[in-house]
Amino acid sequence: MDIHTAVLIRVIAFIVLAPFLGGFLAGLDRKITARMQGRKGPSVLQPFYDVAKLLNKETLSIGRMQYLYMFCFLAFIIFTGSCFFAGLDILLVFFVLTTAVMFFVLAASFPNSPFSRMGAMRELAQMLAYEPMVILAAIGFYQATGTFVINDIVKQDVSAIVYIPGIFIGFVYILTIKFRKSPFDISTSHHAHQEMVKGITTELSGGMFAILEISHWYENIMLLGVVALFVINSHWWSIPLAVLVCFIVYFIEILIDNTCARVKWKVMLSSAWTISFILGTVNLLILQYLF
Amino acid sequence: MEFVGFLILFPFVAAAILACTKNDNIRKVVVYASSILIIAAAVCFSVMHLISGESVAYLEETEMIDRIMMCGELFLTVLIVVLSVRYKKVLPAVLSLLQTGLMLWFELIAKKPETGAQMHLFCDRLTIVMCLIVAVVGTLICVYAVGYLKDYHNHHTEYKDRRPFFFGMLFVFLGAMFGLIFSNNLVWIYFFWEITSVSSFLLIGYTKTEEAITNCFRALWMNLLGGLGFCIAIIYSELVLEISTLKELVSVGDGQLVIIPVILLAFAGLTKSAQFPFSRWLLGAMVAPTPSSALLHSATMVKAGVYLLLRLAPVMSGTYAGTMVALIGGLTFFAASVLAITQSDGKSVLAYSTISNLGLITACAGVGVEQTVWAGVLLVIFHAVSKSLLFQTVGAIENSTGSRDIEDMTGLIRRFPALAIVLCIGIAGMFLAPFGMLISKWAVLKAFVDAGNVVLVLFIAFGSATTLFYWTKWLCKVLVQVPGEPERNKTSANQWCSIGAHAFMMIALCFVFPVIAYYLLQPMLYELYGSVVAPVLSASDMYILLLMLVALVVVPVIGNMFVKNVDVTQSNEYMAGINTGDNKSFVDSFDGVKTLNVANWYFTDMVNEQKLLKAVIYIASAVIIIIGVIGIGGAL
Repeated sequence: MDIHTAVLIRVIAFIVLAPFLGGFLAGLDRKITARMQGRKGPSVLQPFYDVAKLLNKETLSIGRMQYLYMFCFLAFIIFTGSCFFAGLDILLVFFVLTTAVMFFVLAASFPNSPFSRMGAMRELAQMLAYEPMVILAAIGFYQATGTFVINDIVKQDVSAIVYIPGIFIGFVYILTIKFRKSPFDISTSHHAHQEMVKGITTELSGGMFAILEISHWYENIMLLGVVALFVINSHWWSIPLAVLVCFIVYFIEILIDNTCARVKWKVMLSSAWTISFILGTVNLLILQYLF
Repeated sequence: MEFVGFLILFPFVAAAILACTKNDNIRKVVVYASSILIIAAAVCFSVMHLISGESVAYLEETEMIDRIMMCGELFLTVLIVVLSVRYKKVLPAVLSLLQTGLMLWFELIAKKPETGAQMHLFCDRLTIVMCLIVAVVGTLICVYAVGYLKDYHNHHTEYKDRRPFFFGMLFVFLGAMFGLIFSNNLVWIYFFWEITSVSSFLLIGYTKTEEAITNCFRALWMNLLGGLGFCIAIIYSELVLEISTLKELVSVGDGQLVIIPVILLAFAGLTKSAQFPFSRWLLGAMVAPTPSSALLHSATMVKAGVYLLLRLAPVMSGTYAGTMVALIGGLTFFAASVLAITQSDGKSVLAYSTISNLGLITACAGVGVEQTVWAGVLLVIFHAVSKSLLFQTVGAIENSTGSRDIEDMTGLIRRFPALAIVLCIGIAGMFLAPFGMLISKWAVLKAFVDAGNVVLVLFIAFGSATTLFYWTKWLCKVLVQVPGEPERNKTSANQWCSIGAHAFMMIALCFVFPVIAYYLLQPMLYELYGSVVAPVLSASDMYILLLMLVALVVVPVIGNMFVKNVDVTQSNEYMAGINTGDNKSFVDSFDGVKTLNVANWYFTDMVNEQKLLKAVIYIASAVIIIIGVIGIGGAL
């Protein structure tokens, strides 16, 4: 099997399987959360039922343009994920991811709704908070493996995490923001009785909301892919290990979600920047001078 | 040769004609005709040059020209002194007299070593890039200015109409820029350098208000300070190193002493490109009418600064001074982008973003390896077009709405759809994938990691996040759907001509970028470094970028077809049940109707503009002093 076929298979597998995996993960998330709270919780397949139902619901909006933005958001998330699993340049992958999220922010600030637009501003604050660490993670990979190309990163004999544990911790920290978990579910919230209703998603209904859910499934799988990238090396055993690490990370995120109260956005911003700065600098400097 | 002479001299001729033209229609014709001539000459020259593919130098008998230049310099000094006395400013007069005194001593009295025949003018691909930017962007701004200034004086009857002077200065500026980029002789570059300083000073002070006077003198003394550095660099390199041209200076390579003039020239470059601690002159330059801001920020002035820094890059590379220059650039990139977040005035945001982007270019020049210079030049190109577009659009918006505050641009897409769209193109060009800024940032990050500069990497990582923030919030503001009808757009045809051309160039640049990278930038590196350089963007990288570009075109098209066929029920927005029904206002607690306004975030409670500005200026000043003391002291 030549390299191009392998890439093609990976990309197709991502496009086809990611929503199922992502949806299943979301179901598992709800189940575990329910158990942590002493409830029975819905079926693991509940997210799929939800999305199916949403797709049949009436879509309310002030204009079709908003739908187009949401469509672009989904398309670019899939594009980002495809680039990632095709094994291209990780820095470029992160740049495209940013562009994708931009469409989501535009969709939310399309209507003149106060809750939605406030949510959009908060989403921007979230991007401000996590973006430095995302770029530093790409730099970390480059420092550790000498390349930005994902296909070459996974061919190293030693896992990247050995060289960049600090950056790994920092990345997991900002993953809480990316996964929209408490304490950093600033731009939206799980419950529609917060001070800004459902924030960035307030004006999304029916099909548009379904698109958002599916985009999140894709995005989450891609982000867990980045987590796996820290672990995967040229040995076969690194793949099951990476999957295990992904599960542990996701479990930790759920645990944090259920044990921490939502904080103000300034706390998020300053803590994320502080952690990115300290862990990023220390880790990069150590790499620079020791290896 | 004829073309170069024409490009340098013709703008001055046009300026002289314009300065004597009081009639609107004649002025219009002269501006259009000269712009077309300049663009045509620049394009012809560039094409011919690129086909022949060699860097050319011109040797000239220059006794006569040198004398004329000296007279010109004396004239500038007299002008500065007279104006300084009239407005009771001491510093500019002192700096100017000091410089001219030094230059006169050097030219007339000092024993110059015989350096033999020199090439006074030369042209390589970097010159071509700059030449095209100045010719196309610069003259289009002049075309735009014709319509803009007319409106401007209708709005602002309190200012004296000095349009002949204004247009004269615009063209003087262009002539000086051409002179600066084609010159090889350091004294010549210095002469044109001084002209740009003085003409920017005159343009900033156009309205003669108190604020304008204060700001233009600030711009003047800061640039004269840089000029003083330039002047000392010339004298030192000629008397001690026996070098009188820029090319020689850059190609000397060994010899510790060469770093002294390089540091001094870099200092001049930093002042002109408004790096911290000298950024305040560019911020103050906003008081001038928009076309002059556009010119200062995009095609001329600040680009002269980074042009010089990029020229010096090969010598600065790997030196202590280079690292420090890169640090100043990185600091400027980050700090200015944080400051841009706090601004709601459209032109202020643009000003800070200019400073920020120039910081990135300066950092590229400071690191000075092949990849960063490549990225730096690419940034120069993209920044010139997108920033010029943005300034002109904001100017047009101000003429139509009476405000350039971003908060007043809420829902601009409904009221002025065409202006909003070009504004969005400009903004997207500044930071979105896959436009040029991003490609450059990517190349820069790679090079900085390779150069092992962690501090710079951190500046870029954090600065990218802040850049993203202030552009996106502006974009959201413009695109929000606030009910409203299209309003009368007062933008005149010539303004549209320039804005449209810029928007087209912006989009076209994204598509032809691989061609530029391959045929212009890659050979340019060979010329600058004298060795074959591996392609900065590998074929596979290029492939991804094109894929992204295609995606950005294809996805919305497919999306549009999809969205047309889905069922969307028109409905009102959710306002907790108190939407009055028009999505514009809500019912307040006294049962009255209040208009809804959601403001952007400016972080003013977290970031105090003045305090941060001061802090950064202190830090950057300290760095400059350190470069000076250790760099020059170490070399001696």
